[in-house]
Amino acid sequence: MFQQMTTVTIMNLAHLGSRVGTCLVVVVGIGGVVAVLLGLLAMSNGFRTALMETAKPDRGLILRNGSNQEMVGWVSNEEFGVISAYAGFAILSPEIYVTINVPKLASGLAADVVGRGVSDSAFDLRKEVVIVEGRKFRPGTGEIIVGSGAVGQYRGLALGDVVMVRNAALVVVGHFTAGGTSVESEIWMDLAVSQDIFRRTGGSSVVRVKLLDATTADAIDAQLRSDPRLTATLVMEEVFFAGMAQARAGLIETFAYLIASIMALGSVVAALNTMYTAVGKRSLEIATLRALGFRPMCIVMSVVIEAMLLALAGALLGAGIVYVAFDGLTAATLNGSGSQTVFAFKLSFEMLVTGCVWALLLGLVGGSLPALRAARLPITQALRGG
Amino acid sequence: MSQLDDQVSIRDTLNLKKVLIECQNLTHTYKRGGETLTVLSDLNLTIRQGDFVALMGPSGSGKTTLLNLLGGLDRVSSGVVRIQGVALDQLSESTLADWRAQTVGFIFQFYNLLPMLSALGNVELPLLLTKLNSKERRHRAQTALTIVGLTDRTKHKPSELSGGQQQRVAIARALVADPELLVCDEPTGDLDRDTADEILALLKMLNQQYGKTIVMVTHDPKAAEYASTLLHMDKGVLLSLRT
Ligand SMILES: Nc1ncnc2c1ncn2[C@@H]1O[C@H](COP(=O)(O)OP(=O)(O)OP(=O)(O)O)[C@@H](O)[C@H]1O
Ligand SMILES: [Mg+2]
Repeated sequence: MFQQMTTVTIMNLAHLGSRVGTCLVVVVGIGGVVAVLLGLLAMSNGFRTALMETAKPDRGLILRNGSNQEMVGWVSNEEFGVISAYAGFAILSPEIYVTINVPKLASGLAADVVGRGVSDSAFDLRKEVVIVEGRKFRPGTGEIIVGSGAVGQYRGLALGDVVMVRNAALVVVGHFTAGGTSVESEIWMDLAVSQDIFRRTGGSSVVRVKLLDATTADAIDAQLRSDPRLTATLVMEEVFFAGMAQARAGLIETFAYLIASIMALGSVVAALNTMYTAVGKRSLEIATLRALGFRPMCIVMSVVIEAMLLALAGALLGAGIVYVAFDGLTAATLNGSGSQTVFAFKLSFEMLVTGCVWALLLGLVGGSLPALRAARLPITQALRGG
Repeated sequence: MSQLDDQVSIRDTLNLKKVLIECQNLTHTYKRGGETLTVLSDLNLTIRQGDFVALMGPSGSGKTTLLNLLGGLDRVSSGVVRIQGVALDQLSESTLADWRAQTVGFIFQFYNLLPMLSALGNVELPLLLTKLNSKERRHRAQTALTIVGLTDRTKHKPSELSGGQQQRVAIARALVADPELLVCDEPTGDLDRDTADEILALLKMLNQQYGKTIVMVTHDPKAAEYASTLLHMDKGVLLSLRT
């Protein structure tokens, strides 16, 4: 049986040369599906990575109990005093988290960028933040520094440019990098100044902390939760960013599968058409083989295998296109709280496998129906040439 | 020994050779559009082992239809085709396929060789359905090609062979699994007189030396002379028998 099948398949494949045109339709069609799927998955993967790279195992966020976003968080100065007295923190950095409206470079349309009011301890906490141009803002002034990701995506963030926020004129005095993490998409300014401008005096949005020992995280969290003077929790960065990444990457992935499914319908039709033609052209040969005693199942399998091989070629083509065109390409996307994070497309081996599985399924569908028809056509009719 | 020989010769003279093919009340109809076309009606036929039967008749009289039924390529509308005692309509599709592989060799007017396989590859095809390993297959295919007188051009593709050579390859393919029955539908219909005679002589040799039972459809009265039995068919009815 296996031998029959391989022989028939090899014979089918030998025919491919004479049908380059129609085969290309299948390969390119399925290639397109895989390219779109992998492109979008690479996008979500890049996004996930950008967020996850930000996470450090010994760093966390103290947020108001019940909120899981910095945006809506609040830790008052009194609470901060209580927390500061806790043992186990190496660095505590109270930070204001806001959004600032800046026009996009490409479209000119306004978009929200994360603005962060920080003290020196923020720089101690995030050693990866490095000024690459200009200088740090001076405390107590309306000076700001801008992450390199944001500089590349928005207008009016060059050194010396002025950004108007709530009647305050903020001057760009420096650019920084942050090791490719999401902080690179932010604008930083003095903590006290930001509290004034954004009317957040008396507390901060979040307290970013570095633990002396990452393994004490659970104990500290429990202590915070049970402290009657506080309504606060400790969320480690790894957990925080994973949640954020999941929410947003998941959305892109859903979109990816939706678009790919729609395109898949089109490519299945193309595959069906090609395989019907292929099988039609070979009907005399198939009938001859069946007259000789080859079983219908063997004919079916060989046609299906042929379709699946074509589809696999398509998958590799699609993956190749995505790799050449997009892998490592930088882009920005909206994130959940309306601000933007810069990320890179990242292809992975699992995605390649996903792409191949999709292609093989499409090939299976596209090959099965023509194969069944080929096997069902009465031998005598096919031998007569109809 | 001599007694046994006597018995055999007596059986021969009384035409008591073993029955290979038996058709009883064979009727075959095709549905075309709304109407039913009766191609064979109430046909009875017995063919014995070792017969070489030529089937003649005007175009459309149902010769190919009968041949397909005998070869197990199609199923009767009513009646029975029994070959070596096996009623073909009782067999499932895949059992019928296996039965064909073991029992029948097909020879077509236009050879029906697979264009991308060499002559040897084509002859080997039916052996893929057997348990033989590739060395045994190759050996048997070579032997079959030798029997049909084609020893040199075995590596050539069909397109590189003449019509007569292609038909020899096709005969070798029909022969290679050593079937009891060879069915040939106008095997010389596409060949010139001399080549046709060579092919017919080859079939006669297979019939006489290898004991193959042959049923051959032909339009050529000269081809019919090679056969031991001549059947004439008209409008789905067997008219005359010459033995
Ligand atoms: N699949 C089919 N559907 C409908 N009618 C058919 C089919 N196959 C054959 N016929 C008809 O059955 C009749 C007998 O056909 P068949 O091929 O058996 O004749 P034949 O004697 O072999 O003719 P020829 O000498 O031209 O080959 C013809 O009228 C033909 O048109
Ligand atoms: Mg005919």
